[in-house]
Amino acid sequence: MNSTSTYLLELQGMRKAFPGVLATDNVDLKIKPGEVHALLGENGAGKSTLVKMIYGILKADAGSIYFNGKPVEINSPAQARELGIAMVFQHFSLFDSLSVVENISLGMDHACSMDELANQITELSNRYGLPLDPQRHVYTLSVGERQRIEIIRCLLQKPKLLVMDEPTSVLTPQEVDKLFITLKRLAEEGLAILYISHKLNEIKALCRNATVLRHGKKIDTVEVDEESTQTLAAMMMGRELKEFKHPRKSEPGEIRLSVNDPHIPAADKTGISLQILNLTVRAGEVVGISGVAGNGQDELLAALNGEKRSSRADSIIIEGRAVGRMGPNERRLSGLASVPEKRLGHGAVPDMDLVENAFLTSFTRLRLIRYGLIDREKTVEFAKKIIRNFSVKTPGSDVPASSLSGGNLQKFIIGRELMQNPEILIVSQPTWGVDAGAALTIRQELRELAAEGAAVLVISQDLDELLEISDRIGAICGGRLSRFYPTSSITTEQVGMLMAGVCLEEGMPHVA
Amino acid sequence: MMELFIPAILTIITAATPLLFAALGELVTEKSGVLNLGIEGMMVIGAITGFVTVHLTGSATLAILASLLAGAIMSSIFAVLVLKLHASQVPTGLALTIFGIGLSALIGQSMIGVAYQGLPVISIPVLSSIPVLGELLFKHDILVFMSIVMVGAVMWFLYRTRYGLILRAVGDSHEAAHAMGYPVIKIRFLATLFGGAMSGVGGAYLSLAYSPLWVEQMTAGRGWIALALVVFATWRPGRVLLGAYLFGGITILQLHAQALGIGVPSQVMSMLPYLATIIVLVIISSDRSRIKLNSPASLGKSFHPSR
Repeated sequence: MNSTSTYLLELQGMRKAFPGVLATDNVDLKIKPGEVHALLGENGAGKSTLVKMIYGILKADAGSIYFNGKPVEINSPAQARELGIAMVFQHFSLFDSLSVVENISLGMDHACSMDELANQITELSNRYGLPLDPQRHVYTLSVGERQRIEIIRCLLQKPKLLVMDEPTSVLTPQEVDKLFITLKRLAEEGLAILYISHKLNEIKALCRNATVLRHGKKIDTVEVDEESTQTLAAMMMGRELKEFKHPRKSEPGEIRLSVNDPHIPAADKTGISLQILNLTVRAGEVVGISGVAGNGQDELLAALNGEKRSSRADSIIIEGRAVGRMGPNERRLSGLASVPEKRLGHGAVPDMDLVENAFLTSFTRLRLIRYGLIDREKTVEFAKKIIRNFSVKTPGSDVPASSLSGGNLQKFIIGRELMQNPEILIVSQPTWGVDAGAALTIRQELRELAAEGAAVLVISQDLDELLEISDRIGAICGGRLSRFYPTSSITTEQVGMLMAGVCLEEGMPHVA
Repeated sequence: MMELFIPAILTIITAATPLLFAALGELVTEKSGVLNLGIEGMMVIGAITGFVTVHLTGSATLAILASLLAGAIMSSIFAVLVLKLHASQVPTGLALTIFGIGLSALIGQSMIGVAYQGLPVISIPVLSSIPVLGELLFKHDILVFMSIVMVGAVMWFLYRTRYGLILRAVGDSHEAAHAMGYPVIKIRFLATLFGGAMSGVGGAYLSLAYSPLWVEQMTAGRGWIALALVVFATWRPGRVLLGAYLFGGITILQLHAQALGIGVPSQVMSMLPYLATIIVLVIISSDRSRIKLNSPASLGKSFHPSR
């Protein structure tokens, strides 16, 4: 075991099984000090399971961990921190009702005075370009700011290894650039970084080595510079990713959806009030709304699909009908279908089976009610059709929605709306947490729906996705919609500015 | 005038004290994310335990300690069911109340009609001889003083100590607290025990001081008022103090109004404190954001560690 001494962290034969699945199987991993190492894989490949074992949240069934060449056993996050391992989670472990300094104090193993800690936070945040006010309450902060808390919390422990679980999924392109500068500086100072992602361009930009996982198994460890994004993708998915085909209609048709300032105030102090919303979507086009999480996306979806009603009927017009004051069912009947971001509990009822879930949004349009009763036969048939047409992996149509994986449930929900042939479809985060193959299918389906003459509105935080499928793109920031620009004439940086609430007309020559 | 006024204030204090104990305990329990609806049951068990103990031993101190323990034991049953076995908190809490009322009636069968002279009054030297104020503030039984001390102690604990911070964090997001390596279940267990112990003492105050005798179901819904007080106070100890005295005041006012023979049926007057609770709760709850920002976000949610 001489070779282990040069590595900061070495994993050998890590194995973890959950009931019914083998999450990681015999995975090895080696990281040197100062190295940015990517852990690459699709959703469900076992990345999160592996790092949870490193951080002591999960217990490995088999395998050994060496830290600085010595075998160690990590049974709790506290032990991991003691060794010098820090972790920034994908879903932040933050407490909304507490202040920044209180939050950070909770992540420290050794209590120190709040004032002293606040000073340390200010100092670190200045040094690494991560501005943060220690006294603010977390619920008032943006997602980017929240991530800074996590990073500073980690840095305060002076770690040797920093684990980051998909840190950029919530950031604007500009914030991503800033984060990468900070991370590179930290690596130069000798910090090893284990960077988990499935975004290949980020890994190309940041990492030296990459370990690729697929279905819980390690495929290979490669030097990133020697690989192209195509070869990395092939390793990640086990096959070449098909090119995305764009069945575009030549000219958009008549206006299907028009939104004229519905003015919906926030439900409470932590919500966003929708202020300036002007938008039209025409038949045959896909319109994309980008934006950082928490800028009014949920509120926008609710305003459009009727969960939140406006006081003016003509503030929302569907197919020429003023529906601003109508509820979801009436809007659905007029031709508007929607897919919310949250699948379990919003898009589907977790404890109801797929047949019942299929019924819930389709009974008006598909006339699944006969003499006031549910037409069971037709509903079952409809649910089975969705499962077949969208290749939803499920043991049957009578299993509860919560038993499906995220990607499969998303396919089911999107399929349910698409099968109703809506005139207008609004989708929020269509491919979030869905593996690349299924994501491609979903994007393809959305384009095809548009090609058949429907108006499609996609709300997403995945900018690459929007640039790929939209005809026009804009952004939502603080409950205000930006202007919309043809996707062919706008750059990633410009969309980033829109997401940050900057108006492009000042300073940008607008190409028509 | 003073002859009327001072006794009225004193009775308000005695009416408020049991509410204050129970509500403070429940506040700490809820701050950790556990909703224990069994306060009424824990209080009534505290009441009978205290009364039986003082009857058998003659020691008020032992009686208070026994009530404290009895409340804690009651809450530990709840805690095991809810935290270890993941039973749903609402029905389990309701069951605890029903169990407590039944058990206390069984234990108390032979205690009906037995008398006790009440907790001894402690007069703080010098201060208690101040006219009017001395009588109002410095001449009470030990539990009244203790209840006020507990308000300060709970405030200090929750907002000035690291353990208080951890407890609030567990109540805000148990997943995040678990991910950081804090023992969510253990912290909730302890917070639930504290809530039970305080409810037990609150119950003891009823049978040892407020009306020193045993009557079946003598808590008469005070557990529920204490529960409402926590929401009324938006989970802040200082406001629990205010609320407890406010509701104590309404209870006493209602008694005095009945004694003065105001032409309203006594049943309607007895409803007054409960009616006031509902009205205040509706007013408080209409401000959703206030509730949202102060209430423990994971209140009432079961926690399954994924390990």
